[in-house]
Amino acid sequence: MINPRRSFAVVLRYLYLMRGSFSRVMPLFAWVAIDIVLWGFISKYLNTVTGGLNFVPTLLGAVLLWDFFIRVMQGVTMTFFEDVWSRNFLNFFATPMQISDYLGGLIISGVATSLVGLIAMMVLAGGFFGLSFFSIGIALVPFLLTLFVFGIALGVLACALVLRLGPAAEWFIWPIPALVSPFAGVFYPVSTLPRWMQIVAHALPPSAVFEQMRAIVAGGAASGAALAGAFALALAYLVLAGWTFARTYRYAVRVGLIARYSAETVS
Amino acid sequence: MNENVLSVTGLRKIYGEKIAVENVSFSVRRGEIVGLLGPNGAGKTTTINMVLGVLEPTAGKILIEEIDLARHRSKALTSTNFAAVYAPLPGNLTVAQNLRVFGLVYDVKNLSARIEELLKEFDIARFRDVKCGLLSSGESARVNLAKAMINQPRLLLLDEPTASLDPSMADEIRTHIRSIATRGEVGVLWTSHNMQEVEEVCDRVLFLSKGRLLLEGDPKKLPAEHGKSSLEDLFIAVAREPLTLGTKP
Repeated sequence: MINPRRSFAVVLRYLYLMRGSFSRVMPLFAWVAIDIVLWGFISKYLNTVTGGLNFVPTLLGAVLLWDFFIRVMQGVTMTFFEDVWSRNFLNFFATPMQISDYLGGLIISGVATSLVGLIAMMVLAGGFFGLSFFSIGIALVPFLLTLFVFGIALGVLACALVLRLGPAAEWFIWPIPALVSPFAGVFYPVSTLPRWMQIVAHALPPSAVFEQMRAIVAGGAASGAALAGAFALALAYLVLAGWTFARTYRYAVRVGLIARYSAETVS
Repeated sequence: MNENVLSVTGLRKIYGEKIAVENVSFSVRRGEIVGLLGPNGAGKTTTINMVLGVLEPTAGKILIEEIDLARHRSKALTSTNFAAVYAPLPGNLTVAQNLRVFGLVYDVKNLSARIEELLKEFDIARFRDVKCGLLSSGESARVNLAKAMINQPRLLLLDEPTASLDPSMADEIRTHIRSIATRGEVGVLWTSHNMQEVEEVCDRVLFLSKGRLLLEGDPKKLPAEHGKSSLEDLFIAVAREPLTLGTKP
């Protein structure tokens, strides 16, 4: 059972940090804005050289959704890293706080920060490049929701990895979206990939999201079954990630890693 | 109502083949300050970490207010708090922000009023909006203690709370903790390497050596009982020749 006040403590701590820190607030907008501007102009250029084709929804739409997914994941991990950087584990975990309270706080922080990024991207993409997701309407919800849940799952899994391996493992986390992207078929159909990569792609919920989004952009309809399957898969990953974090935490308590986290290892 | 706020029975912690704590049993009563003493590496912090639930014992039982920590961790820790030099509050939050965050973590009711009380009680109101990382050692110690009292704990764990403080500030902290204990509701487990301080503050002391509980008693009487002139001499004997002092049954 989650204690909302304890989860809120994790969120509030992050809000306090954001409130007074330009260097924390800026990345919420800066990288997504750069991506939207860059891919917006690339899309416009491709429109002019190919004549008749509109790359804005295909390329820019894909970039927007992918960036949203990355923001969700990083929103969760950044909140966790704040505890790593300020060596706050002992203060938080030597309290009545339970893992569910803590993860709840990480997820709410991730949700809040990623929504800020999503709104910024939508405003930029719509205002400057004419990309409107509003034409898709309510049908967009399952796409975003699947990316959202999978982003949270990867974020929680990344936190478990850093909890287990120590602060230096932070550097494993940043490239995770780049490692996933070739398999996710962000810019091309999964059928483009070799067979073994397709197998991996089908195990990743974002691949279905981008496949179905391409179907809509091409004037067709999205497969409800494919989206439902992707969402169920994302939920399964979330459960697995939560379980992994809880197991890692129990391991850390057993071997004394929480109390001596800065040592990175207890052996 | 049971007088013990903390009961530790047969506590044991083994890292691989290294025994960090072996068969340690003790209790802390309400209104009592118990000194947990011993040389570096004796197992004091390991014991405190187990009581705080951040280190799982290999064996043994910890009851806080009669609640089994292993089975009901969250409930047991509701009435516990701690301050330790190696666990400073996040330096990038202000004093008031840290108190609010940890007040929420401990689910403190009427939190704003409680924060105001603590700011006044520990004379830190003028640092309310100062980031904890900018405070001096003495100011930090007081803020850490304020955080440790935010939930009005029944069990307070203090791991070298006066380390690195000047004598005046250390005296202030000691007086404050003594006054908290004399109110009668809080039991304090205190570690320190300052034997004069221990003699002044603690009602009872426990000497740990190589993970084992070696001696227990009144800090004012214990040295004479073991043929030593002061607690410091006894400490040195425990550190250098523990076998000559025997093991607590």
